[in-house]
Amino acid sequence: MNAPIVRIYGFILLLFAGLIGFSSYWAVFHADALKQNSLNHRPLIETQTIKRGNITTADGQLVAESKPQGGGANPIYVRDYPTGSLFGHPVGYSYIQVGQSELESSLNDSLVGSSNEFSSILDELRGHAQVGDNVALTINSTVQKTAMDALNAANASTAGSNGAGAVVALNPTTGAVLAMASTPPYDPNAVANTSTYSKLNRDKAAPLVDRAVQSRYPPGSTMKVVTAAAALDSGQFTPDTVLSGASPITISGSPLSNSNGEQFGDISMTTALTFSVNTYFAQVGEKLGPGPMVDMMKRFGFYSDPQAQLPDTDMTASGPLNTSGNLVTSGFDVGRVAIGQGGAEGTMLATPFQMAEVAAAVANGGVLERPSLVQKVTDPDGRTLSELKAQAQSTVMKPQTATQLTDMMTRVTQEGTAAGLTVGGAPFAGKTGTAEIGDPALGVHQPWFIAFAPASDPQVAVAATIERCAGCFGAEVAGPIATKVMEAAIASGG
Amino acid sequence: MKARNRELLALIPVAVLITAGFTAVLIVNSNHISNLSVIYGGYFLAVCLGVHLFIRARLPYADPYLFPLCALLAAVGLVILYRINDALALKQASIFVAGAVLLALTIIFLRDYKVLERYRYLIALAGMGLLLAPRLPGIGSQVNGAYLGINAGPLSFQPAEVAKICIVIFLASYLHERRELLTVGAKRVLGLTIPPLKHFGPLLAVWGAAMLLLFVIRDIGSSLMFFGAFLALLYVATNRLSYVLAGLALFLVGTYFVSHSVAHVQERVDIWLHPFAKHGPSGAGQVQQSLFAQADGGLFGAGLGSSLLKLTGPFAPHCVQAFPDCGSILPAPHTDEIYAVIVSELGLFGGVGVIVIYAMIAARGFKTAVMAPDGFSKLLAAGLTAVFALQAFVIIGGVVKLIPLTGVTMPFVSFGGSSVIANMVLLALLLQISDRARRPVQPFELGPAPPPPPDLEMGYP
Repeated sequence: MNAPIVRIYGFILLLFAGLIGFSSYWAVFHADALKQNSLNHRPLIETQTIKRGNITTADGQLVAESKPQGGGANPIYVRDYPTGSLFGHPVGYSYIQVGQSELESSLNDSLVGSSNEFSSILDELRGHAQVGDNVALTINSTVQKTAMDALNAANASTAGSNGAGAVVALNPTTGAVLAMASTPPYDPNAVANTSTYSKLNRDKAAPLVDRAVQSRYPPGSTMKVVTAAAALDSGQFTPDTVLSGASPITISGSPLSNSNGEQFGDISMTTALTFSVNTYFAQVGEKLGPGPMVDMMKRFGFYSDPQAQLPDTDMTASGPLNTSGNLVTSGFDVGRVAIGQGGAEGTMLATPFQMAEVAAAVANGGVLERPSLVQKVTDPDGRTLSELKAQAQSTVMKPQTATQLTDMMTRVTQEGTAAGLTVGGAPFAGKTGTAEIGDPALGVHQPWFIAFAPASDPQVAVAATIERCAGCFGAEVAGPIATKVMEAAIASGG
Repeated sequence: MKARNRELLALIPVAVLITAGFTAVLIVNSNHISNLSVIYGGYFLAVCLGVHLFIRARLPYADPYLFPLCALLAAVGLVILYRINDALALKQASIFVAGAVLLALTIIFLRDYKVLERYRYLIALAGMGLLLAPRLPGIGSQVNGAYLGINAGPLSFQPAEVAKICIVIFLASYLHERRELLTVGAKRVLGLTIPPLKHFGPLLAVWGAAMLLLFVIRDIGSSLMFFGAFLALLYVATNRLSYVLAGLALFLVGTYFVSHSVAHVQERVDIWLHPFAKHGPSGAGQVQQSLFAQADGGLFGAGLGSSLLKLTGPFAPHCVQAFPDCGSILPAPHTDEIYAVIVSELGLFGGVGVIVIYAMIAARGFKTAVMAPDGFSKLLAAGLTAVFALQAFVIIGGVVKLIPLTGVTMPFVSFGGSSVIANMVLLALLLQISDRARRPVQPFELGPAPPPPPDLEMGYP
């Protein structure tokens, strides 16, 4: 009777081996797939037990913090945004009910402290609950407040505005984002309520859209800075190259006029930029052709998402867009793209963030610094884990080109389309833009202003725009937003 | 070293596990568990020591590792229960006192377990009665479609736990008496060994009973456990693999038909095959959550007290009952799904550790069977060990989706009175058999050594 007993034991061991096999499959080999199963709510439940790190501004203003709720055994943490709608963009929100957006989403790994596998295992061994790292933004709360107030003031004082706009301020030498505001704003604290969230989502004014990086508008005459850079950098043009400023002229088979049909004689590029002569830059665009224009745009960062730390889904790339919504590198009406407009084959569209990068690259001697929203990441004990280091994204143009463009753009603010705007008294460089949207007869414009100040030693570069504003012009509507933000930025020490 | 001293030393890991486990859970949960609750662990260790002293006095030759291994399992269970809810650990520790008392009473009053043979039909009847009791109106209760429990006033009871011992005693005794007839009178037809029909009848009856059981209590796991123990005993008794294979085939065919005619069993099989099917049966959630919990464990687990058990925040339901009866991510974390909690907290290594302890208990049990001096003892020890190991297999197998999930408990680990008490009685019987098996032959007087027995293997007449 003993032999069958031993065999039965062998069989039981086989059964147990089967248990171990299956157990290993679920716990180790198939674990990742199970964790990603849409029916699995455990990762969501887990994240709310972690105290997310704080988000503060460069000047120490607390923007997002996690507060324990309910207390008791295993507290859960809920996000609180003390500054409310001021930082709804670009900080975003993080709630179990509605998910995450913008920086709360893209900086999630740091904020929950799971970016370093080794340190989280160490935490477990020490029995420490996982605590997230703190993030300090490059944004200055005063500059941000100024930006938001200026946008609101512009919207309030302009009858034709529907209340939407955006402004982005960069430090041209470090790439640090000093302000990034989008209106209409929303209060991230309110998003925790799912019915409020869906109401905001359906709202026609689209407050949840961060217009600074998600919305593309025709840049209008601000695009002439890009065109001028391409022309000067090509060696075929100098600031003194003379072309006719007559209006209208035929571009791509249809007539193109200057603003108000104004006539200019034979003028230099400096004069053309100062007074924003469409016909001059349309000819420049046609003489250059699409190739050099596309190359220059790519060096400025067009055709791809800005390299800031925002989720890809929350950013959009700028460039000539065809009717199917794709960026095109040829076949577009280069004369009109050169003045920030376009046709069916390719309408020039740009985000406010991209246009701020255009100003910043010129301000920084032709080198575009990689933009950054994060100044510093520190662990809960205050040790610095990473810190912003200026890093060139691309060399956009020759230093000489940048110097020439700076001079030309300074003329714009001194005697040109932006005369009368000031930034603390020192000369500054700027370029207005007033793009026509839809039927010109309706007078719906996209007013822009891109600028940097002071011209001699740029500390801040900015782009401001107001969305679909009837009867609005760049210098009057967008200009004051940009100058206020620049003054605030310079006052705060950049 | 003496057997009992080895047993005492083998209890050291139990003490270490209890101390370390309770301390770890207390540290992690210090904000809401009272420091006093650590004494539940001490309470349990005192029970272990008491049982050890009792065995030392009454069964000095019993297997030294059986009890410490069972205590180790109980310690794992107690630590996990303490982590789930400290009140559960207190209850479970108290249940162990009752279990220890019953173990002692079994050993005291059943001086000679062979008397069980005399009452085998009565015991069989009691076993079947217990199994069918959950279907009785008034006291029977249905959980998730299976009839496994009875409620009598405030007491609830899983009769299958006790019934498994009754059935094994009956089968061991019956097969011990009939084994010669089952083997000797067998004919070979078409290469298959067929026992004479009149002896085959009772075996078919057992199969019928297992099928009826499946039909009545609607639980594949219990049915598999009972029928598996029967096949194991049949194999030990006859050494005929063909009987086992025939029995297995009959079981599979029977289960197939029953599962297609009983909706609940069919649903369990569907969930097992397709746990993530869209619009699948609502019961699939338990299997899904079980797998998700194990996936969270990984190799080393989240650490004691650190895995996710409770629904929190917007997910938390409004609870009247205490956790884990309400608000648990994983349904029944303290009973059916305790293995998933072990993997989630202690990782694959923890889970494998527990399975290895079961394998070691099975090794000691089967060793006892091998060493046992007579046929009934061998069959009883083998049967009890097999049913114990199969129970562990059935519940862990359900949790890891190797077989359909069923409602049996994990022996010595799961929370539950009937389970602990029945398994303590099972342990008492095994200890008694091993005590008898390992008892040295007492020489009548000091004299010359007895002559060696004639070596029959050598072929002397």
